[in-house]
Amino acid sequence: MASGVYLRRNGWQLAQTVQAGAKLTGIVKSQSSTAETPTSVKDITNYNNYYEFSTDKYEPAGMAANFRTRPWTVSIEGLANKRKKLDIDAILKLAPLEERIYRHRCVEGWSMVIPWVGFPLSALINQAEPLGKAKFVAFETVFAPDQMPNQKRGVLEWPYVEGLRMDEAMHPLTILAIGLYDEVLPNVDGAPLRLVIPWKYGFKGIKAIVKMKFVEQMPPTTWNRMASDEYGFYSNVNPQVDHPRWSQATERRIGEFRKRPTLMFNGYGDQVASLYSGMDLRKNY
Amino acid sequence: MRAPPEKLVRGLKILAFLLCLGPAFVLAWKGLHDLFGANGRWTLGANPIDVITRTTGRWTLIFLLVTLGVSPLRKIARMPWLVRFRRMLGLYAFFYGTLHLMTYVWLDKFFDVHEMLHDILKRRFITAGMAAFTLMLPLALTSTRGWIRRLGGKRWQRLHRLIYFSAACGVVHFVWLVKADLRRPLTYGAVLAALLAYRALAWGVGKWSAKPTHTGARSSSG
Repeated sequence: MASGVYLRRNGWQLAQTVQAGAKLTGIVKSQSSTAETPTSVKDITNYNNYYEFSTDKYEPAGMAANFRTRPWTVSIEGLANKRKKLDIDAILKLAPLEERIYRHRCVEGWSMVIPWVGFPLSALINQAEPLGKAKFVAFETVFAPDQMPNQKRGVLEWPYVEGLRMDEAMHPLTILAIGLYDEVLPNVDGAPLRLVIPWKYGFKGIKAIVKMKFVEQMPPTTWNRMASDEYGFYSNVNPQVDHPRWSQATERRIGEFRKRPTLMFNGYGDQVASLYSGMDLRKNY
Repeated sequence: MRAPPEKLVRGLKILAFLLCLGPAFVLAWKGLHDLFGANGRWTLGANPIDVITRTTGRWTLIFLLVTLGVSPLRKIARMPWLVRFRRMLGLYAFFYGTLHLMTYVWLDKFFDVHEMLHDILKRRFITAGMAAFTLMLPLALTSTRGWIRRLGGKRWQRLHRLIYFSAACGVVHFVWLVKADLRRPLTYGAVLAALLAYRALAWGVGKWSAKPTHTGARSSSG
C-alpha cells in the first residue's frame, strides 16, 4: 500500500471529500470483491430501505438529500481500554480506503451488487482496544427527528440499533463504508458512515452510525424487537430458512428479469461458515 | 332528486370507463419508457415488477371499496341512478385483481405451480389474497343481465354479498404483507369498516322501522 493512498494526506483534500458525490482518491482494489457486474449507481441510490425517512423504497433518495453529515462524531463506549469520541474526519483517516464490490441481499427478496468504499471495521475496533470480556458490539444510528421525519412517528423504535458478535465484527469481510462508486457515500445509503456485512441481510448494515458500544451480552436489535419471530440477531442470508411470510430461496437481482437462487451466506460461505460451526441456523436465524 | 337525462348518464359512463383505465395506462406508459431506456419519473424504477405488483394490488382494493361505496352514496345523496356505475366499478376491481394475480403467477413465480401451491398453503398473506380473488370470480362471471335473470334478483343479490368477504380478505392480505407501519393497510381497513357499518346500521334501522305504514313512503323514494 505504498502508493500514498490515503485520502487524508492534507486538510484540503479532506475538505473536498465531505460532500456527497465528491470524488475519493487513493482507493485500493480488494481481493474480496466479486467480479459480478455492479448494479447501476442510479438504482443503488434511488431504491433502498431507510425507514428513518420513509417506508417507501423510492422516497428516501429525495428526502435524505439535505441530511447533515457534518459535524459528526462517533462515540466508542463500553468494555474497552480506549473509550473515546471520534470525529468523522478522523475516522476517514483511520485506514487505507478499499473498494469492496459486494453482493447485497435484502431480507425482502431483492439484491444488488454494490461497489462500496471503506475499510475493515476491525481497524476501528483495534483502536479502541476492547477488553476480553467484550463479546458483542452494539451500534446505534443518529436520532435526528428534525431531519428524519419517521423518527417523530412510531413505525420502529428509534434510534435504530444493531449488533454483531465480536468475531463477526472483526471478520475481514465486515467493513465500515464511507463511499460508493469511488465517491463519498450518498446520504440515502447511510452517510457518513455505515456498516456492511455482506453475508447478512441488508438491514444488519446499520446506517448513519453515531455510537459503538462493546458489551458482554447480546445487544437488542431493532427489527428483532419489532418482530422476533421474523428477524433474528444473526440474520445470515440463508435460502433454507424462510422468512415466516415469504421464501428466501430466490431473489430478484435489480436489473434482471428472472429470479436467481439465493446462495448460502450470500455466497460468502467459504469465508464465514466457520463462524457458525456447530450452531443450529434454523434456531439462530 | 330527479334523474339526469339518459344522454348525460351515458356520457358519464364512458368518461368513468376511461378514467378507470388510467392506472393501467400509466403503468403501461411507464413500462414503455423503461423498455426504451428512459430515466426519471415516468419509469417503473429499479424494481419494475414490484411496482406493477403494488400498483395493481392497490387499485384492486380501491375499486373494491369504491364499488362498495356506490350503494351508501346513492342513498345518502339520493341519486339512485348511481347504481348504473356499480357493475363497471366492480368489474374494474376484477380487472385490476386479475392483473395483480397475473403479475404474481407470471413475473414472480414464472408459472411454477408447485411453488405457488406451497405459497398458498404456507404463506398466509398469499392465502388471503387468493381467497380475495377467488371470491371475486363468481361475481365477475354473474355480472351480466342474463345472469341476474337466471338467478333471480334475490339470489343474485345474496351471491353478490361475497364482495364484503372479498374486500375483507383483500385488506387482511395487505395487513399481513407489510413489514412495519400499518398505516396504509389500516386506512383501507377503516374505510371498509365504515362501509360495512353503514350497511349494518341501515339494515338495523330498516328492520326497526319496517312497519306497514312506512313501506309505501320508502318505495316511492327509491
